[in-house]
Amino acid sequence: MAEKHTISCLVENHFGVLARISGLISARGFNIDSLTVSTTEDPTISRMTIVVDAEGPRLEQVKNQLGRLVDVIEVKELLEGQYLDREILLARVDANGATKAELERIAKRFGAKLADSTDRSVVIEAAGDTKVLDQLVEQLRAHKITKLVRTGRVALER
Amino acid sequence: MPQKLKGAQILIECLLREGVDTAFGIPGGVNLPTFDALYQSTIKVVLTAHEQGASHMADGYARATGKVGVCLATSGPGATNLVTGIATAYMDSIPIVAITGQVRTSVIGNDAFQEVDTIGITRPITKHSYLVRDAKDIARVVREAFYIARSGRPGPVLIDLPVDATLGEVEFDYPEQVNLRGYRVRTTPQIQPEAIRRAAEAITQSKQPVIYAGAGVIYSGATAELFELAHVLKAPVTTSLLGLGAYPETDALSLGMLGMHGFEYTNLAVAECDLLIGIGARFDDRVTGKADEFAKKAKKIHIDVDPASINKTVIVDFPIVGDVKQALRELLKQVKALDTKAWLSSIAEMKRARPLTYKEKSRLLPQYIIQQISEATNGQAIVVTGVGQHQMWAAQYYQFSRPRSLITSGGLGTMGFGLPATIGAQFGCPEAVVWDIDGDGSFQMTSQELATASKHKLPIKIAIMNNEFHGMVRQWQDQFYGSRYASSVLNPVDFVKLADAYGCAGFRVEKKDDVRPTIDKAMQITDRPTIIDFLVEKKEDCWPMIAPGKPHFQMIGTFEMLSKEGGVPQIRKADADESKLSLG
Repeated sequence: MAEKHTISCLVENHFGVLARISGLISARGFNIDSLTVSTTEDPTISRMTIVVDAEGPRLEQVKNQLGRLVDVIEVKELLEGQYLDREILLARVDANGATKAELERIAKRFGAKLADSTDRSVVIEAAGDTKVLDQLVEQLRAHKITKLVRTGRVALER
Repeated sequence: MPQKLKGAQILIECLLREGVDTAFGIPGGVNLPTFDALYQSTIKVVLTAHEQGASHMADGYARATGKVGVCLATSGPGATNLVTGIATAYMDSIPIVAITGQVRTSVIGNDAFQEVDTIGITRPITKHSYLVRDAKDIARVVREAFYIARSGRPGPVLIDLPVDATLGEVEFDYPEQVNLRGYRVRTTPQIQPEAIRRAAEAITQSKQPVIYAGAGVIYSGATAELFELAHVLKAPVTTSLLGLGAYPETDALSLGMLGMHGFEYTNLAVAECDLLIGIGARFDDRVTGKADEFAKKAKKIHIDVDPASINKTVIVDFPIVGDVKQALRELLKQVKALDTKAWLSSIAEMKRARPLTYKEKSRLLPQYIIQQISEATNGQAIVVTGVGQHQMWAAQYYQFSRPRSLITSGGLGTMGFGLPATIGAQFGCPEAVVWDIDGDGSFQMTSQELATASKHKLPIKIAIMNNEFHGMVRQWQDQFYGSRYASSVLNPVDFVKLADAYGCAGFRVEKKDDVRPTIDKAMQITDRPTIIDFLVEKKEDCWPMIAPGKPHFQMIGTFEMLSKEGGVPQIRKADADESKLSLG
């Protein structure tokens, strides 16, 4: 399997840019793991963090094709160790009186918290880099995860 | 204080400032303000029969002149009819600006009458596009659109204009500068000296170089630099289909076209070379055949303005990203003559042993007709084609010697491109002799544009290779589908009568002896279009050929194969004489 690479793009913050980028990505057949968009310190510019399943010439193609778009101001591949990345996870997990304490312990170990709690389930909220969240999910699987959502990666150079 | 103008008037003011003299299109509900403003301007508006014709005419105009072509259509069906022409221009990197009407902004998204998401539909086939919601943005957008269309790797740009934006009155303030922070055109300072140096070093070590030139050489105006490089290195030059004309085929170093229907010796030279210098060409699959077998023995240099073209289909050793002309100038400073004497001799031997051939048959042959057109026009006409066998024969048998003399849909392969592109080219170059070499199938996809050509009394010449087949489809069915002619047989059409219906001159030719006199007669007609209906051999095949996905050295329909069939092979007269090679 190809390694995952993180591409950070600065794009014009206007109508239709997301459609252009997602259209290009699907038309060229690139495999995207996640894509996040939000505004930056400059309200006319948005930052997109795109995690792609590609390497070598194929990865270069993704970057070059993105760079061709008039609305894309900058394309940068973030290299391992040179950036911070985070995502947020929310997971609803079945819980009862007996298992809740165990789930609390797991959450604490991952710096996560219980965002919601009922008689039958808890919602765990965690922020962290992708690997840490993957480990958290593994541990939660021992209990029953009924719903899971992750934001996808946001990243910033160190 | 700047004066107040309507959006449509601002549009026209901006078109004039971009040097637009001709626009092709059809009016409709929501672009009437634009047509009304055009009516009152000096811009010549060519009403077409169909919007597809308008987009191909803008394309043909752009290819013939190097200027930006302009086409106009109304919303909905007008815009969707432009799509094929826009996609054609996109695939071949042709600068056109398409201006579409759109329903008023307050009803966009409501499925209004003749509403379609034009921006959405054209997003993957434009270099860029704009939906202009306010008259105040029109001037900036038009300025940017033309700049984007013609700079860098050229391409089509679409401007979608809601009717209220064209009616709104604002102060006209023409932007002198284009400010696009996301659009960086590759020019000299960005060409890395290191890349040039490494490429020059690779050239120095080559004994068997081949230059592979594409349309980028023509678009960047670098034909003189290409010629100089070839002659400094004494390296033979092959061109892609769209690169024909970038290098004179009359020159001894010319190898003509490579690829699927390229010459046998050319493809063999590419298979044997130790260095391939790709210049402004994109290693299209019709050129490479099986990509990982393409020029397998060669180190590869690739000069291209578009970084996304590098390593897309074929991995190259020495990429140079930048304008072709600038890059060649830099390269020329660092290279000197190579000893290619042995290489050129072996190529000359390949040319002698495996010339381009066809076999004489009882009926008229398209190859002969195209050679005759080539001779009658002294290789100086603008040749436009449809898509199919006739297109490949035109590429093989017309002798191209100058840039912008072949106008053909290479990337998209759009049948029906011929006639409207011919019209566009003739509008762009009124003095030129413009021939449409077409097939009966291709021609009938847009033949209604005869009305446009006739109205403007254009002296275009249309040579129809009439074989009552979709000939290339028929050939593939014979080769790969057990001769089951699924939907490739066409109904016979009397094109002389069709010519008459549209007020064009029309001739029918059935005999070899009548070919040249009829071509000469057509050349004398200058006050209307001429159609020559050539009734040709129905099942003539286009050879040689690399079957799809096969390597270059496995061609079919070769000289050897044709010779075994008996009869006398007709050798292409125009092949450069190897005795003229300067082997010094």
